[in-house]
Amino acid sequence: MTEPDNESFTTLRVRPYLLTGGRTRSSVDLPLEALVRTTESGNASAGQHGREQQQIISLCANPQSVAEISAHLKIHLQVARILLGDLVQEGHVATHTTAQPTERPDLQLLERVLDGLQSL
Amino acid sequence: MNAAANPIPVKIVVAGGFAVGKSTFVGAISDIDPLTTEAAMTKASEEVDDLGDATSKKSTTVAMDFGRVGLSSELVLYLFGTPGQDRFHFMWDELVRGAIGAVVLVDTGRLEACFPAVDYMEQAGVPFVVAINAFDGVLRHHPEDVREALDIPAHIPVVVTDARHKAAVRDTLVGLVRHAMSMARQPAVQ
Repeated sequence: MTEPDNESFTTLRVRPYLLTGGRTRSSVDLPLEALVRTTESGNASAGQHGREQQQIISLCANPQSVAEISAHLKIHLQVARILLGDLVQEGHVATHTTAQPTERPDLQLLERVLDGLQSL
Repeated sequence: MNAAANPIPVKIVVAGGFAVGKSTFVGAISDIDPLTTEAAMTKASEEVDDLGDATSKKSTTVAMDFGRVGLSSELVLYLFGTPGQDRFHFMWDELVRGAIGAVVLVDTGRLEACFPAVDYMEQAGVPFVVAINAFDGVLRHHPEDVREALDIPAHIPVVVTDARHKAAVRDTLVGLVRHAMSMARQPAVQ
């Protein structure tokens, strides 16, 4: 199957999901924009992880979104989520979102966004 | 860790037809060179329950460009461009979840290309503004003509932007946030 545009392409599924032991679901709900930061436990766990997990721990010394992690590691979003779900459960990274990430931001947060944009 | 080390992420979706300037729009204001994340199609991934199945299948992936704008030490804005083609609309549900709203970019030479985005945002109740991208700084159609042609309700802003210029992109985003605020104050008005 060949796609006519540059927005899609075909790939074998097997390799990315080998990284996750074949799992296709994450244990933790992680929005695209959720910020991930390496914890002290994560910093102390160097050498205990596979290559991708170690890259996440290094990358997230500065908070990075789930989407950025997927992009930098060149792994599918779903695969990034599964790896991140494990690292969250193991306490090696922590995530930050809005209080209710599935709902629209409230007025107070929108005011802060407006102030931030106007100061650019 | 202090609060500044844990900024809050917010997101805005940049929608519109194929090649209308979404990536340019994101790139004009992003602090980083826009990145691309890829996702496997949801429908296909639901069919795959074990590795044996996985080895026998090929999957289509969908790519999304996005950028990052630091608004303060405590706030990070992500801008996500929607995949251009209709068959990737499944991804839009995830993109608009929890989003401030959407900018629907319009090329006046191909008005019809933005119909799916306008329809989607209206039906999903997502705050959005329609932004006419004046590619070469020349506006070929008056915004109110575009509003009429697209049948955009009076309370939804139709603005002119220039996806190449940071100030124009910022003003468009400011307009969207103001619109989202007015919708948040009057949730009954869709």
